[in-house]
Amino acid sequence: MAGRASAPAAKGFALPQVPKILVYIVGFIPAVWLFYAGIMDQLGADPMRYLEQALGLWALRFLIATLAITPLRQLLGINLLRYRRAIGLLAFYYAALHLITYLVLDQGLDMAAIVADIIKRPYITIGMATFVILVPLAVTSNNAAIRRMGGQAWAKLHKLVYAAAVGAVLHYILVVKSWPPEPLVYATIVAVLLGYRLVRSLVKKPSPRRRPA
Amino acid sequence: MLIRRPSDILPSEITPREVYLNRRQWMTGAAGLAFAAALPGGLEAAPLQAAKSPFSTDEKLTSREDVTSYNNFYEFGTGKDDPAAKAKSLKTSPWTVKVDGMVGKPAEFAIEDLIKSSALEERIYRMRCVEGWSMVIPWVGFPLADLVKRVEPLGSAKYVAFETAYRPEEMPGMDSIFPVLEWPYVEGLRLDEAMNPLTLLAVGLYGETLPNQNGAPIRLVVPWKYGFKGIKSITRISFVDKQPPTSWNKQAPSEYGFYANVNPTVDHPRWSQATERRIGEGGLFVKRRPTLMFNGYAEQVASLYTGMDLRKLY
Repeated sequence: MAGRASAPAAKGFALPQVPKILVYIVGFIPAVWLFYAGIMDQLGADPMRYLEQALGLWALRFLIATLAITPLRQLLGINLLRYRRAIGLLAFYYAALHLITYLVLDQGLDMAAIVADIIKRPYITIGMATFVILVPLAVTSNNAAIRRMGGQAWAKLHKLVYAAAVGAVLHYILVVKSWPPEPLVYATIVAVLLGYRLVRSLVKKPSPRRRPA
Repeated sequence: MLIRRPSDILPSEITPREVYLNRRQWMTGAAGLAFAAALPGGLEAAPLQAAKSPFSTDEKLTSREDVTSYNNFYEFGTGKDDPAAKAKSLKTSPWTVKVDGMVGKPAEFAIEDLIKSSALEERIYRMRCVEGWSMVIPWVGFPLADLVKRVEPLGSAKYVAFETAYRPEEMPGMDSIFPVLEWPYVEGLRLDEAMNPLTLLAVGLYGETLPNQNGAPIRLVVPWKYGFKGIKSITRISFVDKQPPTSWNKQAPSEYGFYANVNPTVDHPRWSQATERRIGEGGLFVKRRPTLMFNGYAEQVASLYTGMDLRKLY
């Protein structure tokens, strides 16, 4: 979601373009399957927990996918920019489903328990903050918002996705016991994707910002 | 006789001697390593005869399927389904349990002798995991106190330390590149906790010998403590005079104490312990139930902790 709103023409090899709606359709397959399997009691001994965790994990995966689009273009010349909005919105939708699962199925809308969780449990606090960060990004993920805000302000706002990615992996690490490999693998991927941007911004500092011709 | 052989095993199902000898040769070779993983590691599930116990709860049992497929046994991986998928590689026969330390009669018990010489009981216990879920499991086993009496602890013995088998070649989770826990897994109890009649050495569940993923061939069950106290696949029990180290306490001392008594009023630093989800109850729409003090066993064990600050000694 971060970065410039418009992109220079793709260099390197051109990928066949597919309709964006296909990204949404494919992107929602895991959610549909998870809910179906959950209703059919196919998610193991602890189906609520499985659903909750899987939805959160998919949100993180889509978040990582949006962050991978810029390096893919800059390093490999693979331009997937036209799908970034769809992928970013999928991250938001999965985060929302993850949150709804927590509120409704996990906590049974017990508001006292939920509020206590948000205040007392850092991983819930961070998870909730991460979702709150994603809301303005999702709301402004349309052409009208870009026109209204202006490209630069819009791009600036969407840099918040970096904070969301950090929040998401912290939330994941804090919810597990000990240091199992999976959250550390996701944290490493996010660190590499954000580190790449930091290094590039430091290296590029002396020269003025490139603009599309 | 305590171990019965099922009469309905067809002769054709019994592996001929030359075939299993051949398998052993296979396993000694490098090519046999992958093959060995596909073989049952130890004894096939055998029925156990056990007396009923007044300590059993009459709550609805968690299904055998759930009890044997949703496990924390990090020696086989951190996923809940890892133990069921990978614990077959653990060879549980032959198996000995060494009992040593401050005892008058140190001993090494072959597991089959230990089972034969013990009065087995069925104990249907609640099991509350520190992660916030619970099960009701029909264990088969004998009171730890029975074993303690047999080895005659010295007056100086104050604690009992337990150790899980250390077999990286049979436990694929142990060589994970990220150190999840320090191996071997160790646990401990105060001697009076070990002597409490509720404390069980389980050798079976649902009327049969333990599946590997549940800690075959012998494991500890302390129903008023969080599940991680129930050390699995025990190879050594030592009587000591100082509080022994325990695995989760070493990993995160601020999160997991030595006592680890189920206590809804003392939260885990990162999550609440006030409620729990009963596995198999309601599926996707499971309703949380309040967690009970000492997991509902306060009547039997609360007196062990009188005068102790359970907030500090969690």
